[in-house]
Amino acid sequence: MGGEPGALLSTGPTQPAPVTTEQVWEALKAVPDPEIPVVSVVDMGMVRAVDVAEGGRAVSVTFTPTFSGCPALHVIRESIGAAVRGLGVQDVTVQSTLTPPWSTDWINEDARERLRQYGIAPPAPAGDDTLITLEPEPTQCPRCGSFDVRMTASFGATLCKRTYVCESCREPFEGFKSV
Amino acid sequence: MTATNVHPPSGQNQSGSLAGSIPQELQPALLAKLTALADDLIVLSHRNAEWTGHAPILEEDIALANIAQDQLGHASLYLTLLGELDGTDPDRHAYFRGAREYRNAQMMELPKGDWAFTMLRQYLVDAYEVLWFSGLKESRVTALADIAAKALREKKFHLQHTALWVERLALGTDESHRRMQDALNTLWLYVPQLFQPVEGEEALVAAGLTPDLGEIHGRWDSLVTPFLTDKCGLTLPTEPAPDLSREIHSEDLIYLLAEMQVVAREFRDVREW
Repeated sequence: MGGEPGALLSTGPTQPAPVTTEQVWEALKAVPDPEIPVVSVVDMGMVRAVDVAEGGRAVSVTFTPTFSGCPALHVIRESIGAAVRGLGVQDVTVQSTLTPPWSTDWINEDARERLRQYGIAPPAPAGDDTLITLEPEPTQCPRCGSFDVRMTASFGATLCKRTYVCESCREPFEGFKSV
Repeated sequence: MTATNVHPPSGQNQSGSLAGSIPQELQPALLAKLTALADDLIVLSHRNAEWTGHAPILEEDIALANIAQDQLGHASLYLTLLGELDGTDPDRHAYFRGAREYRNAQMMELPKGDWAFTMLRQYLVDAYEVLWFSGLKESRVTALADIAAKALREKKFHLQHTALWVERLALGTDESHRRMQDALNTLWLYVPQLFQPVEGEEALVAAGLTPDLGEIHGRWDSLVTPFLTDKCGLTLPTEPAPDLSREIHSEDLIYLLAEMQVVAREFRDVREW
């Protein structure tokens, strides 16, 4: 990418105030998931660590990708960097980690409710069991709450979702995969 | 590719760089193994992507594009490690090597064929990959175990999906059964190559870096054979499989790479694409 928008913001006669870990977390809560904008990268459990060093003038953020082939990874990386630079920090590092692998169990309660209101069935608990089963996990219609739903496709418009239709209210909807 | 955007976290490997944590004498075999693993996925991912806009129904178009994208994601995980070991650039690796430099198994490069062929190939590979990643998850090298743990969570959706298609077509109409049996008659001959070790792989297994392919082959057989025969009513070919080498490819790979690489090779100076 060309410019550094954060750098422009921080040029001025006075040194910007040092930031705290809490301020960085607050800023990251405003970074939307690029594919599901009703939830933030923090809601999704993607931000794994925030380290503030040099008296609040250097920030390192560690995030984990949801799906390894997710095409939004570079957007997420840039948005996280821009959000921290927006606080006036110039020394910002954004790194990714695979350990431990992301799980939908990390999506927080509040975000699950927002996903449901948005029309996406939140994921069922994934647990640590990665055994292969041919039974898909139970899913509830985000509109009427019925469990009488039918999966119409096991893959959806993004890597993290599948598509369903509700047999009770007849609405088609998307559901989060449990991983 | 997304690989260029995935950087290893600092301090993940206790002993510093990945290269430093792998004994020198094991490095050539590990480089060969990572290349074979990544190349399998790059080539098959491209074959699957050829269905985009052409699959029987929209949902399947999307499903196969998802699977192809996951596979490219897994290839990029391997390529990131390769880069840490010998400085490989993922984009140069994928787009600037010719067919004679690719080290994929020949099953991956076979033309996409019909829907039965595509689903059966993907099923055979999915079953192999699920077992491979389950084994690799126990690797003594954290970076390899991490890749496996991540990919395994995504693979189960592929296997669920392709197993259903193989069953549906095998037990569907006479025509769909015939096509599935035809696909099996061809693909079965390419299966043994999936379990053929690369040069020096025994040492990687002995050192606890990678799982034993022979063991995985046995587990694969007990998963796949009853499924194809008892459940799907297909007949396994008895024709002996030919001896295949990852260094020799059919002309199909030349055309595949030509299409996959043309933009990168035509516009070498482009900064972002």
